[in-house]
Amino acid sequence: MTSARLSTLASLRGRIERIETSNEAHALQRIALGHAGADAMLKGGLARAAVHEVFAEGHQGASATGFIAGLAGRLAARKPLVWVRQDFSEIESGALSMNGLSELGLDPRLLVTVRAADIDNALRTTADALACDALGAVIMEVWGDARQLDLVASRKLTLASQSSGVPALLLRLAATPLPSTAETRWIVRAAHSPPGASWSAWGAPLFDAQLVRNRHGPVGRWIMEWKCDECLFSEPSAYPQPVAAAPAHRSDQAATGSHRLAS
Amino acid sequence: MPSVVVIKEHNALVIHSLDDIAARSGLSAGLPLANARAICPELTVYDADEIADARTINDIADWCDRFTPLVALDPPSGLFLDITGCAHLFGGERAMLQIICGALARRGFAVSGAIAATSVCARTLTRHSSGRIIEDGAEAEAVAPLPISALGADDAITKGLRRAGLKTIGDVAARARHEIAARFGAAFTTRLEHALGQGDAPISPRKPLPDYIVEKRFPEPVTTEPMIAMTLQNLARMLVQAMDKQGKGARKLEAGFFRTDGAVRTLAVETGRAVTKPEVIDRLFRERLDALNDPLDPGFGFDLIRLSAGRTEIVVQQQRDLDAHVHDNDELAALIDRIAARIGGKRVVVHLPEDTHIPERAALAAPAQHHLAAASQAVWPARAEGEPPLRPLRLFERPEPIKVPFATVPDGPPHRFTWRRATHQVVRVEGPERIAMEWWQRDGKVLTRDYFRVEDEQGLRFWIFRDGLYDSELIDEDGKPVPANWFVHGLFA
Repeated sequence: MTSARLSTLASLRGRIERIETSNEAHALQRIALGHAGADAMLKGGLARAAVHEVFAEGHQGASATGFIAGLAGRLAARKPLVWVRQDFSEIESGALSMNGLSELGLDPRLLVTVRAADIDNALRTTADALACDALGAVIMEVWGDARQLDLVASRKLTLASQSSGVPALLLRLAATPLPSTAETRWIVRAAHSPPGASWSAWGAPLFDAQLVRNRHGPVGRWIMEWKCDECLFSEPSAYPQPVAAAPAHRSDQAATGSHRLAS
Repeated sequence: MPSVVVIKEHNALVIHSLDDIAARSGLSAGLPLANARAICPELTVYDADEIADARTINDIADWCDRFTPLVALDPPSGLFLDITGCAHLFGGERAMLQIICGALARRGFAVSGAIAATSVCARTLTRHSSGRIIEDGAEAEAVAPLPISALGADDAITKGLRRAGLKTIGDVAARARHEIAARFGAAFTTRLEHALGQGDAPISPRKPLPDYIVEKRFPEPVTTEPMIAMTLQNLARMLVQAMDKQGKGARKLEAGFFRTDGAVRTLAVETGRAVTKPEVIDRLFRERLDALNDPLDPGFGFDLIRLSAGRTEIVVQQQRDLDAHVHDNDELAALIDRIAARIGGKRVVVHLPEDTHIPERAALAAPAQHHLAAASQAVWPARAEGEPPLRPLRLFERPEPIKVPFATVPDGPPHRFTWRRATHQVVRVEGPERIAMEWWQRDGKVLTRDYFRVEDEQGLRFWIFRDGLYDSELIDEDGKPVPANWFVHGLFA
């Protein structure tokens, strides 16, 4: 290789590095979820300036909503929240209840809901909202598979999020994961209450959260409890047997496949 | 070939309107079609379409907006234009009347116009001849020789006056008012006075007068998008300049696009707080134009583009950058305006608490543009520290019925239930929480609900209720128990 080519290569490498680091400036800001195991895997917490996806089966919609509301609560840090949803989603899995939200420790006063008629409008609105750095987080809720939510759309959201530092949270109910540029991808199910006396009271919301994709680290699976009073995730206080960790680097397609068989 | 338009009146077809040839052969409006055919066998007959007529007169009124913002409908076929202070823009009253009548006549409308100091006088003149312009104070002279039918009063009044030997408006005006009022009513004398220029009835314009209007006329019609965008930009700057002088900002904006062929398209944008920056106005309209289902069609081009501020308010100048919170709220309001311009103001909502204990009515979704400040100061019920959530995160607007096979205790919770074809085995349960409906709000019998929070074997948590109380509400007229209905109302996280 000639020296001229080597120097071209070096300058190109330098340029790529510069491009990457400028994007990473926001991304370095990470916010701890509160769950020690998950925070360790995520190298300190969830990146703020990135897209995070939460998938769930249709009947697990409420759990996934609770989980994403929790993520938004952690990431938004008492700044306004925009929740973009389709009309259809409201009929299928119920409207978001403000009293329920405030019971989870989030503030309904900070919420602006956008009811988009279709997925194109929802995407456009989400991208618009992500450009506004006064927001704490933008949540987009989509029911079912959507052709429009492809790699290009996801890339657009990522870029918008990186330039403004506003996290984008995608709630995908009853959908198959497709390739995307998301920083993390979670599959959430409800976890049953810790075994105790039958017919006894249940406690704080419990999630069986599976991290199936993590761009900058390994994946895992945890049982998380949402502490409504402190507004953070934690290890469940009384859960006798730990869940076996899912094998690292398992393809997420396979993971959902097994879920679909089991359901 | 004479032709007439017929309409059904009292189960018979009568002539609604007719052309000149038909009128000359002795037909008149109101004549039954059978009689008309007898008089004139070679008649061409069309059905009346009153809805299309109304639409046409509305379109013409839209077109007239280019001459004055005050255009009023005078059904069924008239228009009033208040041209006070507008005529000089079109080369004087006579030129203006010629422009309007000429343009309409070229499109094939039979048109008759007049200018006078009072609307009733002008209308009376148009019934007789077209193109008359009456100076102030000359109304009585001008209308005096016209036949009384030109006043447009009821048939009974016109016939009554004629029978009394009063043939022209001048004849009637010469009589004492109280005689006329005693015989034909006060409404008729008022109309007569207005026609004579004594007093005026206000017209009711179709649209409220905007606070500020700026417009751009093109000698050569514009068709290209960049040109239209640039014009809007310039107009926005002019509008802001005009408002700025009086310290105002716009809350409601309207852009009107007048096509050379007479079609008019208007786009309205509402904002949550007063807009004072031209680039914000420009951006809102670009969003609105982008999101149109049927894009702006320039046809052969627009010859007039107008921007008006329909509602304005005084802007309090404040220093913003020192207080980050004010700044944040401003940005949020601007974002809400942009989204609302794109998808509609009703689709962007904030939530306000309602003072009721009925779960489905606890929150009210209100348009964010108007209620952002109220929502950020709303007081929501505080949550109980240390308690798990007592209300579900997702609530169904209409509770969904579930099938419950049996309950061990009549008042107790079910052991299993079927919802959306899936059976759930209840593992944990809490309740009941009894919620009585607002009996003072409705007349009918509304059942009390017993709510249970249940968890199934998968860990899914439901909020279910039984509609009605055993022994007191769930009984028929004979006092026999009827089976209870169960519903799932919400889902917990």
